[in-house]
Amino acid sequence: MKKLVKLLVSSLLVAAMAIGVCACAGSGKGGNGGGNKLIKVGIINNDPNESGYRTANDKDMKATFTEANGYEASFYYSLKNEEQIAAAQKFIQDDVDYLLISAAGTSGWDGVLEQAKKAGIKVILFDRTIDASEDLYEASIVSDMAKEGEQAVSWLASQNLPEYKIVHIQGVMGSSAQIGRSGALDTKVAAESNWSIVTQQTAEWSEETAQQIVQAVIDSGESFNVIYAENDNMAKGAVAALDKANISHGVGKDVIIIGFDCNSWALQELVDGNWNYDGQCNPFQASYIDDIIKNGAKQKVVIMEEKGFDATTITADDVTKYGI
Amino acid sequence: MTTSENELSSGNSAKGFFSKLVSNQLFIPLAALLLLVIFNLIADPTFFKISLEPSSTGYFILSGNLISIIDNASELAILAIGMTLVTSASGGQDISVGSAIAIAGSVVLRVVKGYSDGISGGEFAGIMIGAFLLCVAVSALFGAFNGALVAYFKIQPMVATLILFTAGRSIAAWINNNENISINDMRFGYFGNFLPAIPIPTPVFISALCMIIIAVVLKVTNLRLYSQAVGINASSSRLNGINPKTIKLLTFIILGVCVAVCGFIKVSRTSSITYAVIANNIEMDAILAVALGGNNLGGGKFNMTASILGAYVIQFLTTTLYKFKVSSSAISAYKAVVVILLIIMSAPIVRKWITDQKNKRAAARLRKEAA
Repeated sequence: MKKLVKLLVSSLLVAAMAIGVCACAGSGKGGNGGGNKLIKVGIINNDPNESGYRTANDKDMKATFTEANGYEASFYYSLKNEEQIAAAQKFIQDDVDYLLISAAGTSGWDGVLEQAKKAGIKVILFDRTIDASEDLYEASIVSDMAKEGEQAVSWLASQNLPEYKIVHIQGVMGSSAQIGRSGALDTKVAAESNWSIVTQQTAEWSEETAQQIVQAVIDSGESFNVIYAENDNMAKGAVAALDKANISHGVGKDVIIIGFDCNSWALQELVDGNWNYDGQCNPFQASYIDDIIKNGAKQKVVIMEEKGFDATTITADDVTKYGI
Repeated sequence: MTTSENELSSGNSAKGFFSKLVSNQLFIPLAALLLLVIFNLIADPTFFKISLEPSSTGYFILSGNLISIIDNASELAILAIGMTLVTSASGGQDISVGSAIAIAGSVVLRVVKGYSDGISGGEFAGIMIGAFLLCVAVSALFGAFNGALVAYFKIQPMVATLILFTAGRSIAAWINNNENISINDMRFGYFGNFLPAIPIPTPVFISALCMIIIAVVLKVTNLRLYSQAVGINASSSRLNGINPKTIKLLTFIILGVCVAVCGFIKVSRTSSITYAVIANNIEMDAILAVALGGNNLGGGKFNMTASILGAYVIQFLTTTLYKFKVSSSAISAYKAVVVILLIIMSAPIVRKWITDQKNKRAAARLRKEAA
């Protein structure tokens, strides 16, 4: 029995080494100039099941980094920072040309990025930034969550309500989306005398919790005219509570509904006039990355263009084009 | 204990009543509930206002904090039933119920999404029953998987259920190809919201039905005796003709059925699913409900009513915190403080200590009177 195990382990090791040797021999570094040579990319992402955003992001990556486009892509998914770092080390050993990372956490990446640099592997960050020296990566392609919040808040201000009584439903506390989107609203509320927060509570991205929070506000009999939910799911839960209590919402109704992320179904709610505004969090970084790999990076931090949709101006085309 | 103290704890009726009250398992959850009620009465009596108002469907419905509490606690109460049995028989907890709810909900949506909105009431009822039965079957199967690991492979329940805890949400997403599903048929929402013309939320009826079923089962079958026997001492119960493996497996399957009911209610509430966050952390609340009920988390004797009350206490606390607008970053800390207090108070050792103190004082007084 023991012998069998030893045999198995050793043969596996031999096989692994053989593959390693092949990989080393097979790919010349920086082979992006060659016409038929595939560019090897190792893509480290968060679990696609995490959210609709991530699903769309992963689909976009898979659609762009294909053999037809000149890429040989390997994917690794984890929501844990340490596992992602270990995967990055593995990709470095596999001698990829590019390492594309959407980091789960911001710290602990310095060591592995230095390894990558020594091995001549170029690193491009997407969606999430990390705490590491800028010369350790080629570029980072990110959404500006604070800008998303500012866009939504300035849209809300443009509605010219005599008074703003806002139910603010936050995402998981400390996440970059929460910080950015809450920050913009908090600043505005502090600055304007006719803006007030009725309640500010985290629903941790969950629609059931959002429903409970809004329910509690309704049960306490307080009046409000804006729901500012930091993602679409929570806006949906809030709307379910409003429906139950027979409070009208949407274009020209009692309560203004604001969501984020631009899920297709949420944009459809805008088209139907049940919601008022949805801010985009652009998950389509693949084309930006493709451009950087093929034409080189022009700047370190690339902030993606992001839209905000108003229910009165949105079209059916927008739903298919920008919905995730 | 001296003889006089012994006599006291059994003989003296007034002191006996107090010690009985404190040592009763229902004491802590009931006291906690009472405390929350008093706190809310003092802080803001309108908390208890219940009104009958028309909803967007045109029917009159009851609304108010109390209604929200019994409505939103339904899933937790149902889970507490299964979790209590699992705790009793296996001496451990199932931490995969949240993920399993995601799977159950995903199965229901997978079945229902294929049908158009225009179908007749009869057909729709058929589909719903089919979806529910399939979801029960799938959840029971996953329950059996957990149960088999615990009963036959003798793996610690928490470790065994860690597998499904990790994989469950991915399985749920995979069942529906990771699509965002929204059911537009109004009737699908009946089970998580209101039935037409009935002013009380449907989950309240569903949870009441589950409680009646488990009460009857515990009354007419030997499930209580057997699971307690297995939990207290598996080998001696085997010598007495009970197969501990079967009982453990059975309790996990029962929990699986509870999970199916919860999943069904959850997806009906919003007519959709978010795989990553549906029933997030509910396993912790379910275990907490069992602990709040004063049950020994190491298995053995249990009190089902106390567990279910525990579930309502947790929801009461959550709604109270929302009502008083505790800031987002502090809400978990508040909850933790209250929970720690309750758990310590409900620990059997503390309850025994309180009773002993009372008895000692009474005995001392008696001795003084005699002298």
